[in-house]
Amino acid sequence: MPDKPDRNAIEVVNVSKIFGSGEGQVAALDRVSVSIRENEFFTLLGPSGCGKTTLLRLIAGFDFPTAGEILLYGQDIAPLPPFKRPVNTVFQSYALFPHMTVADNIGFGLEMLGKPKAEIKARVAEMLKLVKMEALAGRRTGQISGGQQQRVALARALAPQPKVLLLDEPLSALDYKLRKEMQIELKRLQHETGITFIFVTHDQEEALTMSDRIAVMSSGKILQVGSPWDIYDKPADRFVADFIGETNFLTAAISGIGNGKARATLKSGTTIEATVAEGFQPKDNATVVVRPEHAKLTKDKGELSGMVDNIVYFGTDTHIHVQLDSGEAFTVRQQNTRSAGCGFERGDKVGIMIGNDAAQVLRD
Amino acid sequence: MATAEEVAKAAERRDVRDRWLLSAPALLVIFLAATGPLLIVLVYSFLTPGAYGDVKWQFSSDAWTSVLLERDIFDDTLSLAAAHVTIFLRSIKLAVVTTIATLALGFPTAYFMATRSEKTRDLWLFLITIPFWTNLLIRTFAVLQIIRNEGIINTILLKLGIVSAPVQILYTDTAILIGMAYVYLPLMVLPIYASMEKLDFRLVEAGYDLYATRFRVLRRIIFPLVKPGVIAGSILVFIPALGAYVTPSVLGGGKNMMLSNLIELQFGQGRNWPLGSALSITVMIIVMVALLAYVRNAGKSGVRHG
Repeated sequence: MPDKPDRNAIEVVNVSKIFGSGEGQVAALDRVSVSIRENEFFTLLGPSGCGKTTLLRLIAGFDFPTAGEILLYGQDIAPLPPFKRPVNTVFQSYALFPHMTVADNIGFGLEMLGKPKAEIKARVAEMLKLVKMEALAGRRTGQISGGQQQRVALARALAPQPKVLLLDEPLSALDYKLRKEMQIELKRLQHETGITFIFVTHDQEEALTMSDRIAVMSSGKILQVGSPWDIYDKPADRFVADFIGETNFLTAAISGIGNGKARATLKSGTTIEATVAEGFQPKDNATVVVRPEHAKLTKDKGELSGMVDNIVYFGTDTHIHVQLDSGEAFTVRQQNTRSAGCGFERGDKVGIMIGNDAAQVLRD
Repeated sequence: MATAEEVAKAAERRDVRDRWLLSAPALLVIFLAATGPLLIVLVYSFLTPGAYGDVKWQFSSDAWTSVLLERDIFDDTLSLAAAHVTIFLRSIKLAVVTTIATLALGFPTAYFMATRSEKTRDLWLFLITIPFWTNLLIRTFAVLQIIRNEGIINTILLKLGIVSAPVQILYTDTAILIGMAYVYLPLMVLPIYASMEKLDFRLVEAGYDLYATRFRVLRRIIFPLVKPGVIAGSILVFIPALGAYVTPSVLGGGKNMMLSNLIELQFGQGRNWPLGSALSITVMIIVMVALLAYVRNAGKSGVRHG
């Protein structure tokens, strides 16, 4: 990971947003605090209704927080209207102006800032080149495809050189292949422009592949902030572990805590070593998580034993669902090779080997 | 054997023919009902007036000559008919001012309605359409009650001591304009509202996001996008306003003659049906020219070539 300067572009301090009043009021955000560093590709990740879009709209200025501060390079922007914030948004629906050409759309922000015509023209040309849309500059936005509209929306938001670019699920309307392309494109744009990106998505894979850091949100709260690696391999709690990727949850008795490690005695009676998050004192009974790709299936004895319940082929790998002797379910992900099958069949008696450092004690 | 393609083509031809045949009676009625009376009016305008109204079947272009010109009774020279020109200009002015006034009132109203929640929107729509349920004459007399010297406005002004004598509103041009704006406002609000309701308000947010102030968002984003509604509303108001009869008569007190009064006069006391017909067609031509100019102009300014 490249070194990021420690300056914060955005600081969200104890922000709450309550919609409605009286009985019907809903807290979309509940005392959320987060710092987003300069030049960072920061992702707000969570299921729909978790408050991620609300937080983005507060930063953009479309809504105002019920309480708390939003600082942009140290200045509180929470009371400013959107047209006074050096922040631009790429909307989920793109929201391109249908009565203007592609070029006019891209130049709109600069025009509103009162930039001279020559400067606008040069900047629009530069933006068109950046998103590879030079050929379609004169088209109306209704005459171009969804992927092209996406590029125009990006160019339009980047043209005024905002201090922070906000992206509200911009890829969700694209098909799978185009989405993959745009993910790479977005990373490239972020790298080339050096602008801080705040990206909202519910797609955990998208978040993992693109972000420098991710904030996982649920029910108006931020549960964990960290690098993709942190989020995936050291989930802070059950929600994060469950939401990001696939995970096996095992109940275990915990003993011998120390040095960031603990001994977890599983239901099967075997004891394995598991990592413990910093500053967390697990109780005697806790949940231990093991990622499916960190376990190995064997025909001999392993830490766990059970019977193969189902085998699902995924192209790159195969998911083997095992019914453990303890009654719990466990999934193992096994890399496929070209020549042979996975080597197991339904009904096989199998053992599961859990590698060192594969298990983690969860905060519940 | 016919190929599949030929069969499909034949079926399509049959389908088109059947559709024409089935709709022929309706089309015929509409065609006759629309063009028949117009043709009669057109023919009458080229005939000679009868002594007791009606027409004599004798060709004459006199009616058309006297639309804008008058013949001197002594030396037969033609000169511009000042009275007619004044009436034409007055009517056109009233129609234009009414259109502008209803637009100025109707646009914010429509915006207000379109930005309400879905439920309240229906209520507002209902309130806007209520005047339609009432007869035009009654609505006009209602306005009369409000603005007459002993009416609500003057009573309140006198009671509050703002004026010492009642303000003469009734039987002035202002009275006519108030009445016209009231009567035609729904015709302006409804089409604008229909456009406004379809407006994607995320575009408004995008505008704000891109540093456009509220006024600029209105001018550069909202207005161009609801322009079809503005055009439709303007047309719907302008056409009947040009030929308005009841409202100017009742609220203007018949002091200032309008086009409609002039036409009515020819078919009544004037006993000059050909002139009445020629005037009617002239009104139609004015409307069409105005519409063409308006639509073309509005269409042009909507496109920005960067």
